Amino acid sequence: MNKAATGTHMPRFHIVKRVEMTRGEIFILNLYAVLIAIVAGGILIACMGINPVSFYGTVIVGCFRSALSVKSLIRIVIPLLIASIAVIPAFRMKFWNIGGEGQFIMGAVFASYVALFFPEGIPHLPLMLLMAIAGIIGGGIWALIPAFFKCKFGTNETLLTLMLNYIALYIIQYLRDGPWRDPAAGGFPKIAKFPERAWLDQLFGVDISWIVAVLLVIFMTIYLKRTKHGYEIAVVGDSVNTARYAGMNVNAVIMRTMFLSGAIAGLGGMLQVSGEATTHTLSMGIAGGVGFTAIIVVWLANLSPITTVAVATLIGMLDKGCGVAESTYGLSSAVSDILQGIILFTVLGAMFFTNYKIVFRSKQSIKSHTAAAPGGENK
Amino acid sequence: MPFFRAAQHLFYGRVFVDTVTNVSARGEIAIELRGITKAFGSVIANNNIDLIIRRGEILALLGENGSGKTTLMNMLSGIYHPDSGRIYVNGNEVFIRSPQDATRLGIGMIHQHFKLVDVLTAADNIILGAGKGFLLRRNRFEEARKVAERYGMYIDPEKKIYEMSVSEKQTVEILKVLYRGANILILDEPTAVLTPQETQRLFEILRRMRDDGCAIVIITHKLNEVLEISDRVTILRRGESVATVKTSETNAAKLTEYMVGRPVTLKIERPDTKPTERLLNVYHLTVEDEDGVTRLDDVSFSLRGGEILGVAGVAGSGQKELCETIAGLHPIKKGAILYKKENIEGKTPREIIKLGISMSFIPEDRLGMGLAASLDIADNMMLKSYRDPKSPFTPRKAAEEMAKEVIKKLDIVTSGINQPVRMLSGGNVQKVLLGREIHVNPSVLITAYPVRGLDIGSSYVIYDALNEQKKRGVGVLYIGEDLDVMLELCDRIMVLCHGKVTGILNARTATKEQIGLLMAGATTNERYGEEVVPNE
Repeated sequence: MNKAATGTHMPRFHIVKRVEMTRGEIFILNLYAVLIAIVAGGILIACMGINPVSFYGTVIVGCFRSALSVKSLIRIVIPLLIASIAVIPAFRMKFWNIGGEGQFIMGAVFASYVALFFPEGIPHLPLMLLMAIAGIIGGGIWALIPAFFKCKFGTNETLLTLMLNYIALYIIQYLRDGPWRDPAAGGFPKIAKFPERAWLDQLFGVDISWIVAVLLVIFMTIYLKRTKHGYEIAVVGDSVNTARYAGMNVNAVIMRTMFLSGAIAGLGGMLQVSGEATTHTLSMGIAGGVGFTAIIVVWLANLSPITTVAVATLIGMLDKGCGVAESTYGLSSAVSDILQGIILFTVLGAMFFTNYKIVFRSKQSIKSHTAAAPGGENK
Repeated sequence: MPFFRAAQHLFYGRVFVDTVTNVSARGEIAIELRGITKAFGSVIANNNIDLIIRRGEILALLGENGSGKTTLMNMLSGIYHPDSGRIYVNGNEVFIRSPQDATRLGIGMIHQHFKLVDVLTAADNIILGAGKGFLLRRNRFEEARKVAERYGMYIDPEKKIYEMSVSEKQTVEILKVLYRGANILILDEPTAVLTPQETQRLFEILRRMRDDGCAIVIITHKLNEVLEISDRVTILRRGESVATVKTSETNAAKLTEYMVGRPVTLKIERPDTKPTERLLNVYHLTVEDEDGVTRLDDVSFSLRGGEILGVAGVAGSGQKELCETIAGLHPIKKGAILYKKENIEGKTPREIIKLGISMSFIPEDRLGMGLAASLDIADNMMLKSYRDPKSPFTPRKAAEEMAKEVIKKLDIVTSGINQPVRMLSGGNVQKVLLGREIHVNPSVLITAYPVRGLDIGSSYVIYDALNEQKKRGVGVLYIGEDLDVMLELCDRIMVLCHGKVTGILNARTATKEQIGLLMAGATTNERYGEEVVPNE
C-alpha cells in the first residue's frame, strides 16, 4: 500500500455534530464565552502594564459612581436600544439591513427640519408629534429605498443599505455647511440649536426617550410573536418559497417590514436630535455608530427584543465604563472597541459549539487501538 | 483478473499499480467493516455495524430511509469518519480521511446527486481532477471513449453534460470513478432517476463489472431491484445490521420483514368509487421556466372528483411546474386551467387556495416548499388560514387545536405542538404537511412525492389518508416516483416526458413496461377516461 493510502495514522481528534442545545445551555455557553473574552481582554490590559482587576473595577464603578454617571449611561443605552429594536424585524426576515445608521440619521434630519423651520406658533406637544412623524417618515423612506430595489431588481440589500448610510451622513454635512448653517455662529459651520419648544420632555431627570424605548420593546415582542405581520416575517425569513405557496405577497411583506424597521430607527433619530445628549441640535456625530453597534447587539441577543435590552445595557456599560477607565489610566479610546471586538469574537465563535463538539482521542487510546489490530497487517 | 489488470495498465499507467495488485480472485474480501458506529448528535445513524464486501459480487444494502445505509457508505468514501470501529481494505486497516484517500484505495461512490460540471464535456468530466496534469489533453475524447467501451458503455465524449439525459449523466459518473481506478463501486439509489428500461441497461453494466472482478455495493430500498441484481443482501434497520442473506435464498416478504421488523402486507387498497364531475380541466397548457425553456408542452387532461390520477415520469419531466402552475405560483404561457367552469389564470395563490385547491409538494429537501422549518408545528398549521380572523393577531389557539388533531390522526411522533418542524424526522415532516392540506377539506388535492423517503408503515398511513379523500369525492392528483405503488393506488396514470403527455392509461390494466416506454418518450393515443360523457 502506498504511503498515502493511508492513513495508517489514526486522527488525533475529530469534529462531531451534537444534540441541539437547550436555551439554558446556550446561555451558559455564552457566559463562558464572555468570561473568556474578559480574561483575554485582561491579558491585553496587563500587557499595557495595568492591573486588569482594578481596570475592570474601574469600568463597573465608572458606570454607577454617581447619579450623573448613571444618567450618561442611560443616554448611551437608549439610542442603542432603539436602533437595535429597529433592525430586529428586518433580520428576522433575513433582510440584512445594515443601514440602521442611515435610517437613524434621516429620522434626525427630517425631525430637525420640523424643529427648525415650522412656524413658531405651533405649541410644544403638537410640534413634538410632528417631529416624531417626520422622523418616522424620514427613516422609513431611507429603508424603503433598498427594499424597493431588492423587490424590483433583486439588488443586494447589504450593499445598498450600507451605501445609504454614507449618503445620509453627508447630507448632514451639506445642510450644515449650506442651507441650514446657523448665521448666528459667526462663520463656524454648525446647525442652530432647536427652539426650546422642540426639546424633549424629561422624566426622573432623563429624556422621556427611555419610555419610548420600553414601549418599543413591548410592541416588538408582541408584534413578532402574536400578530399576522410577525407571522409573515417569520415565514418569509424561513423560506420565500413557502411564503409564496401560502399566498403571501412576499414583496409587500419585505417593503412593509423594512418601512417599520426604518421608521423605528428614524424615531430613534428624532428622539436623539431633540434630546439633551446632543444638546438639542443636529450634528455629524448624531448617530455616532449606534446603527452599526445595533447589529452586534441584536446578533448577541439572538434577535429577541427582551434579551436585546440586557445586551444593549452591557454594551453601553462597556462603552461608558471603558471611557472612564481610559481617562483614569490615560489609555487610547480604542480600548473599549478592542474589548467589544474580543467579546463578539468569542461569543460568535462559541456558536460553533452549539452545533458541534470536538472529540479528542488520548495518545493512549490510539496506542491501544493500534496494538489490538491484527498483527503484521499494519504497514 | 488478468483482463482487468491489463485494462488498468493500458489506460491508467503506473499510477494505479498499487490498486491493481490488490485486485485478485473473485470472492476475496475487498472491504471489511467491524463494529462501525456513527452518531449525529443524539441520533445514532450506525450502531456497531459489521459488513463484508467481496470481489466479483453485487451486495445490496437494503433498508428504509433513515436506516443508515448512506451514512455507512459515506464513511467508506471519506465523507464521514466513524466514531468507533475499524475498516479493513484488502486486509489492511485503514483510516479513510478524505475522498482522495478513498480514491487511492480504489473505492468509488456514485452519489444520488451527480457531481458533474454542467458546461464541460463528458470527457472533461471523466478526466478532470484525476490527478494527471492540469492541461486538457488532445486525446481526451479518445481516452474517454476507450474507458467506456471497455465496460460496454456508450457515451459521446464530446457532449456537454447539460445536454445529457439523467441516465447519460449517471454513465459519466460511473466512468469517472472507473477512470480513477475504482474497483470497489458504491452506488447510492442509482435507479431513482431512471426509467425501467434505463435501469435494465445499468444493471447490465453492473453485472459486467462484477464479472470483471469488481466489488459492487448498491444502496436501495426497492425490493424488486434487490432480488433482480444482487448476490447478497445486507439489511439495515434503525442503524443496525439486522441480517445478511443470499439473494437466491430469500424473497420479498422476508426482506420486508427484516426491513420493517414485523410482517407487512404489501397490498395497497384501491377503493372503487364512482368518479364525479370534472373538477379540474387543463387545456393545452404550456409553461416556460425563467430561462425560457419549455417545461410543459401542450398538456391536456382532466381530474374528476373521487379519483386518484397518477402522474408518472422521470424526475424533471415537468411535474414540479404542473403543480406550481395549478397552485398559481407559475405563469401560464399558453392554454388554460379551469376549476369547474372558472379560469384560474391570473388568480393569486391565495384566491386559488380559497377555491379549495390544495397542494402538498414534497420537494427533495422536504422543507423548501410548504413548511417553515424553524417554526413549530402549530405555527405551520396556520400557514394557509392565518389571515382568517379579522383581528391583527394570528389564530394561534385554533392552530394549536388543529395541530393536536393532525398529530393524533396521522400518528406524528413529536414532543409536542411547540416542537420546531426542523427537529422532526422526515416522515413526520411530511405528515405535518399532508395533514394540514387534508384538514382544510379541499376539493382538489395535489400531492407530489408524498411518500418520498418514508418508511413502509408511514407510507401506508399516507395511502390510507389519500384513499379517504378519494372516497369523500376529492380529486387527487398524485405525482409519484414508484411505479409499482402508482399501479396499485391510482385509478388512472398520466405519463409525462419532457413536459409532454405521452399517454393516459387505466391503472388497473396498464403494465410497468408500458409506462416505462412512455416515460422514455414513446407516445400512445390512449387518453383513458378523458372522453366526453354525453350529459356533461
